[in-house]
Amino acid sequence: MVGDTERTATQSGAGAGTATAGVTFQPQASEDDAPASPPAVEIRNVSLWYGSQQALGNVSLDIPRNRVTALIGPSGCGKSTLLRCMNRMNDLIDGVRIEGEVFIDGEDIYGAEVDPSDVRRVVGMVFQRPNPFPKSIYDNVAFGARINGYKGDMDGLVEESLRRAALWDEVKDDLKKSGLALSGGQQQRLCIARAIAVNPEIVLMDEPCSALDPIATQRIEDLMQDLASDYTIVVVTHNMQQAARVSHRTAFMLAGDDLVGRLIEFEDTDRIFLNPGDERTEQYITGRFG
Amino acid sequence: MAAESAATGGPQSALFQRRRGRQLFEQAIGWVLFLCAAVTVLTTVGIVLILVIEGLQFFGDVSPWEFFTGTKWTPLYTNQAFGVLPLIGGTLMVAIGAAFISVPVGSVTAIYLSEFASPNVRAVLKPILEILAGIPTVVYGYFALTAVTPFIGNFAEPTIFNAASAMVVVGIMTIPMVSSLSDDALHAVPQDLRDAAYAVGSTRFEVTTRVVYPAALSGVIASYILAASRAVGETMAVTIAAGSTPNLTWNPLESIQTMTAFIVQVSLGDTPHGTIEFRTIFAVALTLFVMTLVMNVIAARVTARFREVYD
Ligand SMILES: Nc1ncnc2c1ncn2[C@@H]1O[C@H](COP(=O)(O)OP(=O)(O)O)[C@@H](O)[C@H]1O
Ligand SMILES: [Mg+2]
Repeated sequence: MVGDTERTATQSGAGAGTATAGVTFQPQASEDDAPASPPAVEIRNVSLWYGSQQALGNVSLDIPRNRVTALIGPSGCGKSTLLRCMNRMNDLIDGVRIEGEVFIDGEDIYGAEVDPSDVRRVVGMVFQRPNPFPKSIYDNVAFGARINGYKGDMDGLVEESLRRAALWDEVKDDLKKSGLALSGGQQQRLCIARAIAVNPEIVLMDEPCSALDPIATQRIEDLMQDLASDYTIVVVTHNMQQAARVSHRTAFMLAGDDLVGRLIEFEDTDRIFLNPGDERTEQYITGRFG
Repeated sequence: MAAESAATGGPQSALFQRRRGRQLFEQAIGWVLFLCAAVTVLTTVGIVLILVIEGLQFFGDVSPWEFFTGTKWTPLYTNQAFGVLPLIGGTLMVAIGAAFISVPVGSVTAIYLSEFASPNVRAVLKPILEILAGIPTVVYGYFALTAVTPFIGNFAEPTIFNAASAMVVVGIMTIPMVSSLSDDALHAVPQDLRDAAYAVGSTRFEVTTRVVYPAALSGVIASYILAASRAVGETMAVTIAAGSTPNLTWNPLESIQTMTAFIVQVSLGDTPHGTIEFRTIFAVALTLFVMTLVMNVIAARVTARFREVYD
């Protein structure tokens, strides 16, 4: 079983080349300490429609605090859509309708009196394609803090954020340089610095490594695990090997013939990969469809 | 056997003939298109040549120094003076005054269209702006004379022909240019950047003012320059609205004359060809041409830089 998974993951993976034989799973997520703190995000019966086409069907799951949670599943199964439900980015798309609740710290972020921009201050996001602003590295990082009226030591905040994003040493001498002048991997770390400079509780990452080479991918993966001590991370990935390497819990999603994405299984990552409860999960992780 | 080869040979040669005919047709089309392009290029070259030749002849009689520094423009009077500054001053006053209307209104319209309007509103507003751009400029001229000047008369005492009314109508006239080109520039800003700004808690207004507008700035500035260039070259409306009194003044309530209006005046008048009076229009036109050319080149440069940003 393990061997099976290993092999398929290596074949279908983005070629990160870091597959170690045997244990690829980080056993940080011990089941004992999971219930100690309440979940960071509680998703309750969320359904979503793009116009008349339903894309999510009644999804419920609890995202554990200070953990890396991976969303996996075949392309088009609604991973990105579910991720964007957690910071109301879907609100920006015309014709989207959402039912259900998403609780963060006990508050429904879709509540009538909630301003989506306040939600996004608490729930940051890193996108599939690195998207730094055509501004200096410094201004990229400081952007969110300025928007949110940060009055403290901006230089300190920029340095701290870049350090946390493991980019400081590479850029500390040219913070005035355009963010677009960096390499793809550096740009993505800049985007992570930009996201955490607002001091969010949760950071959503939508296939953050899909545009990066294996070495840059490795650095982002390491970073995700470091960040998990301070933030709750939710990462969408089509790379099962990556999910296995970085995440504590994994949600497997699947869309049927009706194109409605549903949650099939949500378990500790090693359970999902070693002993999946659902036949379709097993088929997916062994590469038999998707 | 023989029948078969004849059967295959027949259609095949016909096929080749048809091909040859089509090739000739293609070649002919190529030549026609080339000729059309050549006519355009030659016309432009011809116009520029005439401007330069006639203009140089003019500068044989009148020193460029007198032309470009003189403050009196009376080439059609017995007491001739050839200082073009009053015309340039009138032209720039109208263009700058117009920019005070077209730049803010056009920019806000573009921002609204690109960032705030729903697709439905956009579908209605865009064509309306195009209609505004399609109104003949002579209509704007009479609008200035019959509506704008009387309106200004409520607050001040303009002469019948005055620069202010020309500023207003040229400003309105160039709004579609600013809004349409700026809208293009704003629209070209990748959605990625908007998403990134939203994702750190920006409101739509902040996304627009802090990310989209700055990212599109060079394209937006190019639209301002092109609109100014258009205002400088605008003829009919300013001739009707601002009058034909060469006048080096800062007072927009007075009548002035723009470069284009002077050219119209001489062209329509009975000034005999070949005289120095007549040649003044080539000197003025050459100056005008250089002014708008420089503006258009700057706009093109700025736009080119703007493209680089996203590649
Ligand atoms: N902006 C949109 N408008 C309409 N349909 C969309 C939009 N975004 C995604 N979809 C549809 O919703 C489904 C789920 O998409 P997505 O969440 O992007 O899947 P994934 O990230 O798992 O590949 C797909 O069928 C996709 O075509
Ligand atoms: Mg996706």
